[in-house]
Amino acid sequence: MAKGKYDLRVYPGFRAITLLCLVILYSPLIVVMAYSFNASPSITNWEGLSLRWYADVFTGPESAKFKAAARNSFVIALIAATVATAIATLSATAILRGGKFRLRTVSFGLISLPLMVPEIVTAVATLIFFNAIGFDRGLLTILLAHITFCIPFAYLPISARMQGIEATYEQAAMDLYATKRQAFTRVLLPLMAPGIVSGFILAFIVSLDDFIITNFVKGAGVETLPTAIFGAVKQGIKPNIMAISTMLLGVSVVMVTLSWLISRKDRKT
Amino acid sequence: MTSKTNDAIEVRNAVKRYGDFTALKRVSLTISDNEFFTLLGPSGCGKTTLLRMIAGFEDVTEGGIFLFGEEIEGLPPHKRPINTVFQNYALFPHMTVLDNVGFGLEMLGKSKSEARKRAGEVLEMVQLSQFSARKPSQLSGGQQQRVALARALAPRPKVLLLDEPLSALDLKLRKAMQIELKHLQKETGITFIFVTHDQEEALTMSDRVAVMSAGEVQQLGDARDIYERPRNMFVADFIGETNLLEVTVDRIEAGRAACHLGGGHRLTCDAVDGIGAGAKVHMSLRPERLFLSSAPTESESLKARVRENIFIGTDISTILDLDDGPEFRVRASNSSRGTSRVFEPGTEVFVNMEQGAARLLVD
Amino acid sequence: MAGGAATGGSSTSDTYAEARTWLLLPAWVTLGILVLAPVAIMLVYSFLTKEFRGGVIWEFSLGAYDQFFCNRGLFGDEPCSIEWTYIQIFWRSIWQAGAATLLSLAIGFPTAYFIATRPPRQRTLWVFLVTIPYWVNLLIRTVSMKFLLRDEGPLNDFLTGTGLLSEPLAIVNTNFAVQLGLFYSYLPFMVLPIYAAVERYNFALSEAASDLYAPRWTVLRRILLPSVKPGIIAGCILVFVPSLGSFLAPDLLGGARNFMIGSLIEEQFKGNAGNWPFGAAASMILLTMVLIILLIFARQQAKAEG
Repeated sequence: MAKGKYDLRVYPGFRAITLLCLVILYSPLIVVMAYSFNASPSITNWEGLSLRWYADVFTGPESAKFKAAARNSFVIALIAATVATAIATLSATAILRGGKFRLRTVSFGLISLPLMVPEIVTAVATLIFFNAIGFDRGLLTILLAHITFCIPFAYLPISARMQGIEATYEQAAMDLYATKRQAFTRVLLPLMAPGIVSGFILAFIVSLDDFIITNFVKGAGVETLPTAIFGAVKQGIKPNIMAISTMLLGVSVVMVTLSWLISRKDRKT
Repeated sequence: MTSKTNDAIEVRNAVKRYGDFTALKRVSLTISDNEFFTLLGPSGCGKTTLLRMIAGFEDVTEGGIFLFGEEIEGLPPHKRPINTVFQNYALFPHMTVLDNVGFGLEMLGKSKSEARKRAGEVLEMVQLSQFSARKPSQLSGGQQQRVALARALAPRPKVLLLDEPLSALDLKLRKAMQIELKHLQKETGITFIFVTHDQEEALTMSDRVAVMSAGEVQQLGDARDIYERPRNMFVADFIGETNLLEVTVDRIEAGRAACHLGGGHRLTCDAVDGIGAGAKVHMSLRPERLFLSSAPTESESLKARVRENIFIGTDISTILDLDDGPEFRVRASNSSRGTSRVFEPGTEVFVNMEQGAARLLVD
Repeated sequence: MAGGAATGGSSTSDTYAEARTWLLLPAWVTLGILVLAPVAIMLVYSFLTKEFRGGVIWEFSLGAYDQFFCNRGLFGDEPCSIEWTYIQIFWRSIWQAGAATLLSLAIGFPTAYFIATRPPRQRTLWVFLVTIPYWVNLLIRTVSMKFLLRDEGPLNDFLTGTGLLSEPLAIVNTNFAVQLGLFYSYLPFMVLPIYAAVERYNFALSEAASDLYAPRWTVLRRILLPSVKPGIIAGCILVFVPSLGSFLAPDLLGGARNFMIGSLIEEQFKGNAGNWPFGAAASMILLTMVLIILLIFARQQAKAEG
């Protein structure tokens, strides 16, 4: 009689599909990364390894445009993520530590609204809004729009973290003569730190990545990296674009990995 | 009977290893047809592993499992005419009670209407007919338990496995279900293999009990056997409350062993195979087989001092210090006869033994 | 103060109850001004008159909706008959988003299931592997996909070079390329809720079904799938909704013939061909569709829980 484990949890083929899934997810990125090191100016032929397109990004004819776009992108991402994280932290405290109140569900719904409204609709609405109130489009409009859609991304890890912190910690602090403000800053906030860092990082990446909304609310001549890349890609995919993409991809992957390591280390302790 | 043998289940030299860890060390046992058989042991003793191997959820590393003489190892669970009542019932939350109970029959190829008809009958048997249209989440724990039972019985399995099915119920309901299960087993004539860590439950319900520990069967026998003639320390300690004393066997005469323990106290009890004169072994003294008196009633009464009386409802437990010896417990029933044998703390008393109270244990 | 500590033992507390208005104020103000007000103004704009070269004239008009739904002939003077152009674009979007959702489900369900049945310590690593690409810029991902798939791209080089195909496979500018792009855009949204559902799934149910004579795939169909259905529905919604209004995948991978709602709306705000009221109206119609889908979903979730 045949022996061997009959494992109910194992479905034949599922492992293969998972691997196929990873291949689909990673092969385009790996191919672009590989071709960014191609010596050839053609994107079709391979002529050996070279860093010339990276040099081209920093010193080539378009370097000034890309540098300005990169500076805009990072400054906006930094400010938008900081502001969004602060707003999200305060909101999470109110929603999870503010007892039961009528506007609780409504507030949560409002915070998650940018996730539910299709991006293109948000983009159109924001553009029309700035137009209607006569607000000149430029860096500031981009920043305001970014803060808005970063809030839910910062909120999710922060609230998840706060849900895991029992209220008894703050109660213990107050029992030991801390005021509510002290209980918040000395006990809750330090315990929240990993969630706040994750929230900030996610908000930063989401801001850095955004194309559609930025494309609508940016003023003429103002570019962020994604809009600059999109503009360039419309003329065809060039090797220097692949070099920029690879660098930007690297930033995202490093930051996500960082956020993952923080949350994982935190879970172990 | 049905085929070559009258043994419903035979486990032959079954070993189960997970990597380096051996969960089951060469277990062999046979369970007769129409028997209520219990695997009893603390958590981690291998009883659930053994049950899951019989059900087909775990493979056997070595050895074999036979159902009425035919090897079933290698057959997936859905090809074994054996059903299980799961610990937390595992009722399908998206199906009604009726569809849960009819599921097995449907899988066996019965039409939906046939399955439902039989399911209705079984639900009647467990007195849940009026709930057949409900979802499991709308039932109480006790009702869910009955549905799980009905679901496992509906396909008329040759063997029914029960994995601590009563552990989630409160005490009163558990007691009622114990008796009901026992009746149900007699009514249906199906072999029940019951897993529990509750020794009282095991003794109440079972025809035979296998006491397991550390992946081995420590003792197999009927309830009386196991309670009154525990073979070793583990069984004596695990089943019921007992006093375990270190004794030295002085001599063996006419089937009786004369022993002494620290402080010069002397005791005589039935000799046990494998324990000879000079052996240092443990002796089990069941507290409810001991009674106290102000004067010695026999030559071997032990002199002791009462430390504390603890009221536990049906009984009163007395903790004593033996002169120059270990601590000791005696139980008296909370009745006029029993309480007449309870003494104030500090009193000097004598501990007397009823017939068969003391038992020598191997290792 | 010490004695005043709240004694509630629930999962949430009311420690900062009196401060909650101030704590929520920044979020209310930001989201109120930058999400709610803009959507309201967009609704207003959809009923205004278009100005050439973008912008609007503040004059009430049903022109945008009329243009969307009514065909009034070449000179615009005939009675209204149904205009199919835009409805077709919406229909194509729904169809494409639906196909992308099915593709995501077909690959995402086995993946999520496989991850959820790994040993607990490996699971976060697998989830991480599946989600990393999501955090890479969507534009870069879509461009990379196009680079890989184009006629002279590495995939076709590989297929023709190894002799598997004699002619390169024309994938870019097809419906399938758009579906693949949408799959690539939103796959984690399918995997994560299903993963969470399977991880919570009580495998004793599978064992019970198997014990009751159900073969492996019957267990999947009759017990596992119904049990994790809420996760599957959530995954489908989370992929379908953003796919419906997506812009980059259809724009870069689909070409002109595979125009979707996102491109239609974008066009109204670019250059001189723009028509702001019409773009606002199309956005309103899209938003309404999405909100209806989410509302039905929320209703069902509430029903499943109650």
